[in-house]
Amino acid sequence: MTDPIRKPGRKNPQIRTVQPTLPPAFRSRKALGFTVAAAEGRFCLQRCDDCGKLTYPAREACPACLSMNLHWQDVDPAGQLIAETTIRTSTNSYFRERMPWRSGTVMLDAGVSVLAHIHGDVAPQGRVRMIARTDKSGKGVMMALPEEDVENMADDKQLRELTCDPKHRRVLITDGRTEVGQALAKAMSGAGAGIVFVGLAEQWRGFAGQAALEAIANVEIVPLDVTNTTSVQECAGEIGGKVDILINTAQHTRPGGIMGRRDVVTSRDEMEVNYFGLMRLMQGFGPGMRARGADGVNSACAWVNLLSVYALSNKPDFGSTSASQAAALSLAQCFRAEMAGSGVKVVNAYHGPLEDEWHQPLPPPKVSPNRLAREVRGALQQGLEDIAIGEVALDVRMRWKEDAGVLEKELTQIEGM
Amino acid sequence: MSALAHLAASLATGAVKTVDLTHTLDPDFPVMILPPEFGQCARFRVEEVSRYDERGPGWYWRNFSCGEHTGTHFDAPIHWISGRDLPNATVDAIPTSAFVGPVCVLDCSAEAAEDEDYLLDVEAIKAWEATHGEIPAGAWVLMRTDWSKKSGAEYLNMREDGAHTPGPTSEAIRFLVETREILGFGTETVGTDAGQGAHLSPPYPAHYILHGAGKLGLQCLANLDQLPATGAILICPPLKIKHGSGSPLRVLALVE
Repeated sequence: MTDPIRKPGRKNPQIRTVQPTLPPAFRSRKALGFTVAAAEGRFCLQRCDDCGKLTYPAREACPACLSMNLHWQDVDPAGQLIAETTIRTSTNSYFRERMPWRSGTVMLDAGVSVLAHIHGDVAPQGRVRMIARTDKSGKGVMMALPEEDVENMADDKQLRELTCDPKHRRVLITDGRTEVGQALAKAMSGAGAGIVFVGLAEQWRGFAGQAALEAIANVEIVPLDVTNTTSVQECAGEIGGKVDILINTAQHTRPGGIMGRRDVVTSRDEMEVNYFGLMRLMQGFGPGMRARGADGVNSACAWVNLLSVYALSNKPDFGSTSASQAAALSLAQCFRAEMAGSGVKVVNAYHGPLEDEWHQPLPPPKVSPNRLAREVRGALQQGLEDIAIGEVALDVRMRWKEDAGVLEKELTQIEGM
Repeated sequence: MSALAHLAASLATGAVKTVDLTHTLDPDFPVMILPPEFGQCARFRVEEVSRYDERGPGWYWRNFSCGEHTGTHFDAPIHWISGRDLPNATVDAIPTSAFVGPVCVLDCSAEAAEDEDYLLDVEAIKAWEATHGEIPAGAWVLMRTDWSKKSGAEYLNMREDGAHTPGPTSEAIRFLVETREILGFGTETVGTDAGQGAHLSPPYPAHYILHGAGKLGLQCLANLDQLPATGAILICPPLKIKHGSGSPLRVLALVE
């Protein structure tokens, strides 16, 4: 059993904040396939299309038949720890600061032995289940966990390097006016967050759920309007130094495409929130979080973008909103590049139509605010970077990966023709 | 001494003072809220272009954006469908003489304090006239409610059935427009109509009747408690926006 992490004390203002250092960051183009899967929490190995052999580590060609046709495939994560060592010294700054470090060799039931980080509760020679996650470099690594859950296992020092557990951390939810914002506030409070800051724009207009929101344990309402640069700067100035997880719930969704609208007023509102609002938040809160990626138990660790899955491919009946979401996705990619090296994960949570007033006439399945909140919390606790929430998002993302061109043709074809 | 020379001298001695009737253009100042499926009034927003830095080393300036009906603002007749076909109904075409004129201030502050949905009626106007004299043709009429002293959620006073703020009855507006031939009507609330004005007949009577008759509107005024009931001069030129339906503006009054 892991000793539970205690709530960190207040920061000593006379000590320099520990600067983020990184585990090895370079991967070959082929090997990045593992990182893509790890970001989604999938445990993959390369399999040869020609001879069927599983390969580890990542290679350009199959070591058995020299075929170039290797592809990443989900494999059974079960295995057994067959050798281990506790590293007590290293020339790498990141590991040097985190010694001792347990690592070892796991023989997978799939028949391949792999090198992995080892959770503290794995017994010597014990059965394990493997996970793939991105580390502080944003690159995929393997970790062996005990076969069954043990108490406080999320608090394991090495595992916590791979996750963004809200426990004891300070979370900012940027818009508490929506049901999604309120559900996330509840979920983060329930996950043990030290403070849940909830942004509220335009406090001169009340809304349903305000009293319930204010009543959630550890919730602190802060004035924040993502469409107002001054407001974002002031909020970042006040609390930016203690936001460990930022979840951007500010979204402006309206039905409609191009020619059904007579102007760009609504589209501008969409961009103002979904794109410029995101950029203001990144400019306001990004630098502080980037500097605090290694700041102890409550280090900055995650930035969560809630994105419509139609950021990947336009849905014409919400065509203009889809375009603003695509812009937000592109910005999130740039932000990932700028945050790389900080140890802060940029999490993209793609969701399908929400159970809200803007999707009210649409048929199910739709994503309830509670489900979205639950899955975002799960992604943070597990340390995932790319998640799809709801059947629609899972389906669209899968089809986008299979063939983005076919998905576009399908989404844009006239029904019944 | 000419009238203007006399005015200049009075301004210099302080015998005539200027009163600012304007709220600061602030990003967080409330605007009219419509059902979300309609187009919305843009909030006042500012983006800094440079501030003695690499974006412009020697100067500070900003871009701002807002709607024509954001903050303390002016309504031109074309703002309402009843005024759509009138001549000179846009802010750039209204004769400038309309922007300077005598002003009558009807103090409804006690009634509005008592009743958030207070409606100014003809009887109340006549009672005011019994004390202060008949409202002259071509005057601006301002409805003082002290609503400008409210802030936050109290200003729009929005509830599930809409806003609850004072305004005029349709008969009162018709009386001011048709019998007294006023130039325009102004309020301290977010619109010239009462918060529940949609449920009067016609809906939004101040907008409908004023603008249908080519009259003007002012809203989100402040400091009306510093004006005398009669005798002040109102100065309210809107921005000269091509085909503008209204404009944020600085509203001043000259008082003796």
